Amino acid sequence: MFSPFMINAWEASTIVAVVAGVVGFFTVLRGSSFAAHALPNGAFAGAAGASLVGASTILGLGVFSLLGAIGIASLGRRARHDVATALAIVLMLGLGSLFLSMTTQYAPEIFSLLFGEVLGVASNELAPTAAIGLVCVAAIAVLYRPLLLSSAAPDLAEARGIKGERIELAFLLVIALVTTMAVPVVGTLLIFSLLVGPAAAARCFTNKPLTAMGLSVVFALVTVWSAIALSYTSNLPIGFFVGAIGAVGYATGRSWTARRRLA
Amino acid sequence: MIVAGVGSAVIEPGFFSSAPVQVALVVGAIAAVVSGVVGIFTVVRGQSFAGHSLADIGTAGGSAAFLVGVNPLYGFVAMNLVAGGVMELIGIRRPRGRDVATGIVLGAALGFAALFLYFDTTSTSTTGATINVLFGSIFTLPSSIVPVIVVLSVLAIGMTCFLYRPLLLSSLSPDLAAARGVSLRFVGIGFLVSLALAVSLSAVTIGAILSTALLIGPAATALRFTKRTGSAIVAAAAIGVGATWLGILLSYDSYYWTPSHRGWPVSFFVVAVVFVVYLAADLFTGHRVTARRPTMRGAR
Amino acid sequence: MTDAAEGSSTEILSVANLSVSLAGREILRDVSFTCDAGEFIGLIGSNGAGKTTLLRVILGLTAPTSGSVRVAGRERSSRKPLIGYVPQKIGLDPDMPIRARDLVGLGIDGHRFGIPRPTAKRNALIDEMLAAVDATRFADARVGNLSGGEQQRIMIAHALISRPRLLLLDEPLANLDIRSEQEVVSLVARIAAEQNVAVLFAAHGMNPLLPVMDRVAYIARGRVAIGTTAEVVTTESLSRLYGRHVDVVTVHNRILVVAGREDEGLHHVEPVPRAEPT
Repeated sequence: MFSPFMINAWEASTIVAVVAGVVGFFTVLRGSSFAAHALPNGAFAGAAGASLVGASTILGLGVFSLLGAIGIASLGRRARHDVATALAIVLMLGLGSLFLSMTTQYAPEIFSLLFGEVLGVASNELAPTAAIGLVCVAAIAVLYRPLLLSSAAPDLAEARGIKGERIELAFLLVIALVTTMAVPVVGTLLIFSLLVGPAAAARCFTNKPLTAMGLSVVFALVTVWSAIALSYTSNLPIGFFVGAIGAVGYATGRSWTARRRLA
Repeated sequence: MIVAGVGSAVIEPGFFSSAPVQVALVVGAIAAVVSGVVGIFTVVRGQSFAGHSLADIGTAGGSAAFLVGVNPLYGFVAMNLVAGGVMELIGIRRPRGRDVATGIVLGAALGFAALFLYFDTTSTSTTGATINVLFGSIFTLPSSIVPVIVVLSVLAIGMTCFLYRPLLLSSLSPDLAAARGVSLRFVGIGFLVSLALAVSLSAVTIGAILSTALLIGPAATALRFTKRTGSAIVAAAAIGVGATWLGILLSYDSYYWTPSHRGWPVSFFVVAVVFVVYLAADLFTGHRVTARRPTMRGAR
Repeated sequence: MTDAAEGSSTEILSVANLSVSLAGREILRDVSFTCDAGEFIGLIGSNGAGKTTLLRVILGLTAPTSGSVRVAGRERSSRKPLIGYVPQKIGLDPDMPIRARDLVGLGIDGHRFGIPRPTAKRNALIDEMLAAVDATRFADARVGNLSGGEQQRIMIAHALISRPRLLLLDEPLANLDIRSEQEVVSLVARIAAEQNVAVLFAAHGMNPLLPVMDRVAYIARGRVAIGTTAEVVTTESLSRLYGRHVDVVTVHNRILVVAGREDEGLHHVEPVPRAEPT
């Protein structure tokens, strides 16, 4: 399991887990399920297109998810409820399927883009993945205070001059970056699991924000490492374990909360 | 003469005589009609996210069905009915909490989908499982499935007709409906059954993760033009059928566009047509923040 | 009751000829008044009268159609660190892993980049503020799990911890029972006096504020009449403000503002205070 062949997988997934844990904390806090679901779907078309023209997957993912982030930010609150946005997202998925249908690797490529292919991370992709991950974590660290205040109490933040739209755009851009670096590992459909699951579970165990973020990272690491180990030994896809462990973790967290309330 | 001329230019040879195309046209139309009817209520009830989630969750069912050698349709239906029932029974909690919970369930279901699809591709000799389940299999449907589809669609539309008045009332004003003795829970479950069936049918035609387009696209377009529920339903069904048929036609034609005879996927064309039609309607009727809400005679 | 500062009356807030229209409707019309350091002004008016709008313009969140607002002599954008704000309604999610003391801490530096460093000095400041609003016992609880009154005290602490010169409160007494009303009013007045903060306290009715108000700003039909209660809350003054006959009646140290109509008898304009428990 720890052969040189697998080193890439461990390293890539560790980076992804740390970033997902950090960003996931705020994703859950802000209730950004829509963006966390929509942006990866849009990015799917970019990755598929890149595959078609032979460009780097990360490039395709990056361009489409950043554009998507700007699009959602400019539509504002309307984006959540707008039919046009929902249809645009589905159209991106359809476009992705179109691009991939033109390649020779239709089925396996779809599978790995949607559900992840941690073993497919090449050595030369580790550096960009780590670099983007570093940018994400640094961005969250820099934005921490205004982001926390505007997520918890938007009115109080506004009164202090923290503009909601700017924070939202910045956060969406971070999610776009996370999408870019994490999709090759866990796929577009399951990135949501990694962003939401560990963070949702973490906040059941503590009241302190920084502790919750730390726990979120820990849970994300546990999720991803277990998923790789289990995937390696059973040959079953990593996406399955990520989804399943995420659900188990969340259920554990909720029952812990329920027991604490009754006690 | 002119029509025939244009027709033969647009429609590539062999279109109407091809058996898979005939099945596709029939099944696609049925799915579109059901989606249009149920879609109107989905949009009015603000349950688009539920419809979208159900479709994604259904992926697990579809891929499991493929595994045991059964048409994915049965898997979609079973999974969607169960998931829909659970969602309705869990009820309405805090919106943010509900989104997180739905997302977790979605993640787990997709995880299982990944598992089943993996088994599908490794254990069965066919490789098309992923595409089949996720993006539809309208051209490869056995004609034996058509009666099943007809039955399910009759069920879905029948349920909607049966619940028509209380459904509309409780969608527009739950309090008013409850005051008039409508059991919101009963109506809610009944509607979820229709939704589950509608999503399953369109999952078979254009795939599980794209089926949302057929559910909300034509409905939202229709609601841009009319306030009366009856007209909206008819319009949505018509737009859905039109988009589906056009998508099938374009996909068939696309086989002849490139020398490699690959053809572009039906699901892409249908979604693209739905999207374009909606955008056109949006621009044509002027930019409104929300679509019109339907009225019901005597509802006030 | 606080005495206005004698002699060196530094002007904290100056509103001049302020007019505000929103969505085509004129909310405020040519409003002018000033506020001195440490003054407690009650901003009284009914729903829709324009209290929230006025507060938002002072904060810089809404742009006026004409006129100007100066806080401590400065206009607009540099204003924000000088003003504390307690908004009207705030829904705090009980699922959020944020403690009361974290929210208060964000009042110090929530607008600055980076992660807060838990220095002893910062913690001491937070503890001190929590004690001032009597919130020490639930300081480590989830802020979303607190009751409405407790959350409000946390928000007051959040607003005051950065030592603003001006504190704006938008209807903090709505939905409170009589005892909580009194607690909030005396809490705000006490801290404001200690820190010499000017207070603009918006409310439906002025009776809870009578013990602590220096002046009252009565707002109706887009205009503001400001002065001491003796000056403003009179039949003549309020009749002029409302544009129709209004009676002011004092009963047991409670002021009732009553609108009269010749044909129909008497209607209440001011909410009738609930009966005192005997």
